[in-house]
Amino acid sequence: MAVSSAPPSLGLATRPPGGIADTVARLGAPFWVLAAILLVMPLIANPFWLVQIFAYTMILGMIALSLMFLAGYGGIVSLIQMTVAGFAGYLVAILGDSAIAQISLKWPWWTAVPIAILVATLFGTISGALSVRTEGIYTIMITLAIASAFYYLTLQNYTIFNGFSGFNGIAPPHFLGVDWRDTHAFYYLCLVCAALAYAAVVYVSRAPFGLALQGTRDNPRRMAALGFDVAAHRIAAYTFASVIAAAAGVLLVWFQGQISPGTSGVGPVVDILIIAVVGGLSRPVGPFVGALVYVLLRTFSLDVLEAVGLDGKRFQLLIGLGFLVIVLFSPGGLIGIFERLRDRYERGRDARSAAMSVGERAP
Amino acid sequence: MKVILRAAVASCCLLAASGAAYAQEKLKIGVMATLAGALTSGGEDGVRGVQIAAKQAGNKIAGREIELIVAATDASPDSALRAARKLVEQDRVQIIIGPLSGSEGIAMRDYSKTVPNVTIINGSSGALEATYVNPSPNFYRFNSDGAMWMAGLGEYVYKDKGFKKVAIIGEDYSFPYTQVMGFALGYCKVGGQIVQRQWVPLGTKDFGSVIANLPDDVDAVFLGLGGGDAVNFLNQYSQTGGKAKFIGGSIMVDQTVLSSRGAAKRLLVGTPSSGGVADAWDAPKWKEWVKVYQESFPADKRFASPSLFATNYYNAFNAMKAALEKVGGDLSDGGAKFRTELSKVELDAPNGKIKLDDNRQAIATTFITEVAELPNGELTNKFVKTVPDVTQTLGLSPEAFKAVGLPSRTNPECKS
Amino acid sequence: MSSFIARRPIASLLILIVAAIFLWLVFVVWTPGMEAAFGRKRVFLSALFNGITLGALYFLVASGFTLIFGLMRNVNLAHGSLYLLGGYLGWSVGTATGSWTVALIASFAVVALAGILMQVLLFRWMEGQDLRQTLVTIGLSIVLADLLLWGYGGDTFQVETPAWLSGPVQLPFAVAVRSNGEAVMMTYPSLRLAIFCGAVVVGVLMWLALNRTRVGMLVRAGVDDRDMLSATGVRVQLVFVLIFAFGAGLAGLAGVVGGTFQSLQPGEDTKILLSSLVVVIVGGMGSIPGAAIGALIVGLAEQFGSVYMPTYAVMLTFLIMVAVLAVRPQGLAAVRR
Repeated sequence: MAVSSAPPSLGLATRPPGGIADTVARLGAPFWVLAAILLVMPLIANPFWLVQIFAYTMILGMIALSLMFLAGYGGIVSLIQMTVAGFAGYLVAILGDSAIAQISLKWPWWTAVPIAILVATLFGTISGALSVRTEGIYTIMITLAIASAFYYLTLQNYTIFNGFSGFNGIAPPHFLGVDWRDTHAFYYLCLVCAALAYAAVVYVSRAPFGLALQGTRDNPRRMAALGFDVAAHRIAAYTFASVIAAAAGVLLVWFQGQISPGTSGVGPVVDILIIAVVGGLSRPVGPFVGALVYVLLRTFSLDVLEAVGLDGKRFQLLIGLGFLVIVLFSPGGLIGIFERLRDRYERGRDARSAAMSVGERAP
Repeated sequence: MKVILRAAVASCCLLAASGAAYAQEKLKIGVMATLAGALTSGGEDGVRGVQIAAKQAGNKIAGREIELIVAATDASPDSALRAARKLVEQDRVQIIIGPLSGSEGIAMRDYSKTVPNVTIINGSSGALEATYVNPSPNFYRFNSDGAMWMAGLGEYVYKDKGFKKVAIIGEDYSFPYTQVMGFALGYCKVGGQIVQRQWVPLGTKDFGSVIANLPDDVDAVFLGLGGGDAVNFLNQYSQTGGKAKFIGGSIMVDQTVLSSRGAAKRLLVGTPSSGGVADAWDAPKWKEWVKVYQESFPADKRFASPSLFATNYYNAFNAMKAALEKVGGDLSDGGAKFRTELSKVELDAPNGKIKLDDNRQAIATTFITEVAELPNGELTNKFVKTVPDVTQTLGLSPEAFKAVGLPSRTNPECKS
Repeated sequence: MSSFIARRPIASLLILIVAAIFLWLVFVVWTPGMEAAFGRKRVFLSALFNGITLGALYFLVASGFTLIFGLMRNVNLAHGSLYLLGGYLGWSVGTATGSWTVALIASFAVVALAGILMQVLLFRWMEGQDLRQTLVTIGLSIVLADLLLWGYGGDTFQVETPAWLSGPVQLPFAVAVRSNGEAVMMTYPSLRLAIFCGAVVVGVLMWLALNRTRVGMLVRAGVDDRDMLSATGVRVQLVFVLIFAFGAGLAGLAGVVGGTFQSLQPGEDTKILLSSLVVVIVGGMGSIPGAAIGALIVGLAEQFGSVYMPTYAVMLTFLIMVAVLAVRPQGLAAVRR
C-alpha cells in the first residue's frame, strides 16, 4: 500500500489567475510527479495492476468522489451514488448491446451512453429532490431506503432489468480506431475520466455555485436570508454529483462486462461511503486514496492475512475496525492523517531550524 | 518528496511481482469458492474437497508439484469475475477449479471465452445456461445442473408416493425455476398436476400469507426454497398447524437446512427429494469418500458427511488430474492437448460414473432421497434409489428439449 | 383524537370509512362475487392479521430506533445488529435454560447493557455531531455482523417456541360455510397473536411512561428542545443513557421475538434495519405513535403484497415511503417544526 493515486488535474479547469507557469508552481512538485507516474504507469505495471487495481480504483474513486462532493461541500451524505452508477450501468446494458438479446436494444454506444448518463442523472436529481425536503441527517436514511428500493426493483423485475441474473456480455465499444477493451486503452480511458471528474469538482468547488453550496452547508439559515435558494442549490449539487457517478457507472459496467442487482446492493452502497470517509471528505483526492486502499484490501486480504497466519475470512472485521478507527480518531480520513503528519514534520523542521539559528546566535 | 519515494518503491514492487510470476516451476491451480456471504460454509467445504484430492495425489501431478491458490468470491458474478481475473492475470494460473453458485457459473462461461488458454473446470455451479446456452470451449462441468438434479423425482412422487396434485412455493430466481423445470417435465408427463406456483422474493421472512394462500386440495407442496427462507417457511408452517406433505428441491433438504438450530426442520422428516449426492448411500466408493473426508478434518471443522460442494470440487480436481497425467503435465501449448484429454475423461466418482457430452457438460447420476431422523436426533438424507446417466436434456431429444424453452416463472407449462 | 377530527374532518372520515369496510369484510360471510374479487376469505383475513402481527414486530424494533433518534438525533444504523445480537443471545440462553421467558429477559438486559456501553463509551463524546455518530454506528454494524458470523457461523437459528405458544388457536370469524350450514372458523397461530398483544402492551406502557412519569416528561422536553432541557439543570446525560439502554434493549427483545416466529442468520440485521428505516420515515421520525402507524402500514403492505402482487411486494413498501416523502416529508404522524 504505497501509491497515492491522485489523478492529475490538467490545470485547465481551475482558471489560473496568472497563466500556466503559475499553475504549475501552485500545484507543486508532488502533484506533477504523481501525474507523470500515472501517465507512464502502463510501462511499469502489468495488465493486472493496470486494470484490476488502478482502473478499478479510478472507477470506485469517481463514485466516491461524487459522494465527497455532496458531503464535503454540501454537507449532504447521500447513499444513492452507487445506485446512480448502477442505474447508468443497467441503462448501458439495456439500451446498448449485451448477451441478453431479448431485452437489449442494441443502440450504438454514442446514443446509449449519453442517454444512460442523462436518465441516471435525472434519477439522482429526483432522489435528491425527495431527500432535501427533510433535515440533513434524515438524508442518509432516505437515500439508503431509495437505494434498497432500486436493488429490489432490479432483483424482481424481469422484463427490463432481467431480475436476479442481470446482464452479461457487455463490452466497451470500438471507436476512434481504438478497441477500448484493450488493457492500455481502458486504463487511459479511466484515467482521463477520473481526471476530468477531479478537475470538474475542483473547479465547481471554487466557482460561485460551489462557494454558495459550502455556505448552505455551514449556515443554511443565513444563506436563505441572503436570498439563496438552499434547496435548489442542494438539488443542483445532486445533479452535478449524479453526472460523475453515472459516468463512473458506465465505466464500471464496461469494466465488469456485466451487471446484476448485487452491483448496487446495500453492501456496495455502504462501501462507497466507507471509501469516501476512509480516504477523507475534505479534499477531492481523498476518495481516490480510499478507493485504492479498498481495492488492494479486497484483492489481497486473503493472501496477506493467511500469509501472516490470520484467518483470511475476517476481512470484513478488518474493514469495519479500520473504518471505526478512522471515524473515531481521524475524521479527516487518511488524507487528514497525511496532512497532520506533514504539518508536524514541517513544524518540527521549522522548530529545528529556529533552534539552530538560536544556537548560532548564542555566544 | 515522500510521495515520490513511495511511488518509486511501489513501482519496484510491481516490477518484482510481475517478474516473479514468470519464474515458476510449480503447476499453479486456481480454486474459486464463496468464502464470504451467505454461501460461505458451502465454499469452505468445496475448498476442503480440493484439498483432500490434492493430498491424495501427494501434491504432485505427472511429476510436477502443484500449488493451490484460493480466491474468494461472495456468490455474486462481479466478485467471481474479479477473483478469476486475479487468478489468471496476477497469479498466472492456467487452470481454475470453480465457481460454486449459479450466476457465477454463467459469468465464468462468458469470461472463459476471453481467455482461450485458460481451462475452467466448474466447481459446483448448477445453472442450466452455463453449458447449455452459448457453451464455451474451455468451460467444463463435471456435475449436474439444477434440472438434472430433479430427474426422476416427478415420476417417483407420482407413482410411489401417490401425489397427484401439487402446489409449488419457490424463491423467485433462476435456480428454483430450473429445479421446478426438472421436476415438472417428469411429473407432468406421467399425469401429475401443478395447480399453483407461488414465487417469493429471495430473503422472504414472513410466509404467513403465502401459507394461507395454499390450496386445500393438493396432495403435497413442492418447496424450492433454501437456507433461511426454508427455515422461516417451515417454522411458520408448523405454527399454523398445517399438515401438508412436502417435496423438497435439492437445497431445501441440504445440510444448511437439516442442521439448522431449532425444531422447525422436523417437519421435513419423510420428505422426498433428489440431488447430486445422498448422505447415506451404501455404495463402497461413496463410503470410502465419506471416510476420507471425515478423517481429513476434525469434526468441528467440517460437516457430518461431505456436502454436494465438497464432492463436486473433489470430482473436478480428479478429472483435471486424470487429464493432466495423460499429457504429462504439459500445458505449454495453452492447454489444447489437456482440454482434448479432459473431454474424454470418464470419472468413477464417489457419486457415480461421470462422463461429458458435446457441450462439456456432465452426464451423471441423480439420487432420490428421503429425509430421515437418525437415532441421535440429527436429520439425514436416506438413500432411496439412483437415476443413472441423466443427460442435460433429461432424456428428451435435443429438439424436444429446446422446444420446452428456458425455465422461468411460468415455463414449463404442466401438460401431460 | 377529537382535535384531530376537528382539524382534518375529511381525512378522519376517510379513515373511519376504510376501517368500517375492513371490519365488515372481517365479519361478513363472503359471497362468490367477493371471492372472485379478493380471493378466498381465509387468504384475505390471513393477510390482514399477518400484516398486523408483522407490524407488531416492526413496531418493537422501530420504536427503539425512533426513540433514540428523537431524543439524541442519533441515527443508529447498528440497530439491526443489536436485533440480531439479541436474537442469537436469546437462542443461546433459551437452549441453555430451556425457558423462553428467561431468554427474552436476558436478551433485553444484555443488549440494553450493550446500548449503555455504546452511549457512555462512544456517543456522549461526540454529542451534536450527527454525521460522525451515524458513521460510527455503520462501523459498529460491520464489526458486530462479522463478530456474530464468527461466533455463530452461517447457520440458520430459530429460537424454540414455548409449548404454550405453539400451534394454532380458533378465532370467532367464519371463513366459509360448509354445505350443511355449519361455519368453518378461522384458525390462527397463537404465537403471532401473543406477539401482537405483547407489542400493544409495550406500546401502551411506553405511552404511559412518556406521558405520565417524570422521566417521560424529561424525555419529551428533550425531544422538543435538548439545549433548554440541559440548561434547566437536568442531568441530561443520565436520561440519554436510560433511553439508549431502553431502545437497544427493545431491539434485543425484538430479536428474540423475530427469532421465534421467523429465523436468525447473517444478513437479517440489514433487513430489519431497512424495515425500521421505512417504518420511521413513513410514520415520522422521533415519534412513537408514528412508529406504530408506520409499522402497521408497512406490515400490511408486505402481507397484502405477498398475496395480491407477489413479484413487487417488496417494492410496495418502498413506494409507500416515496409517496409519503413526496406528500408529507416529515412523516405521517410527526408535527412540522
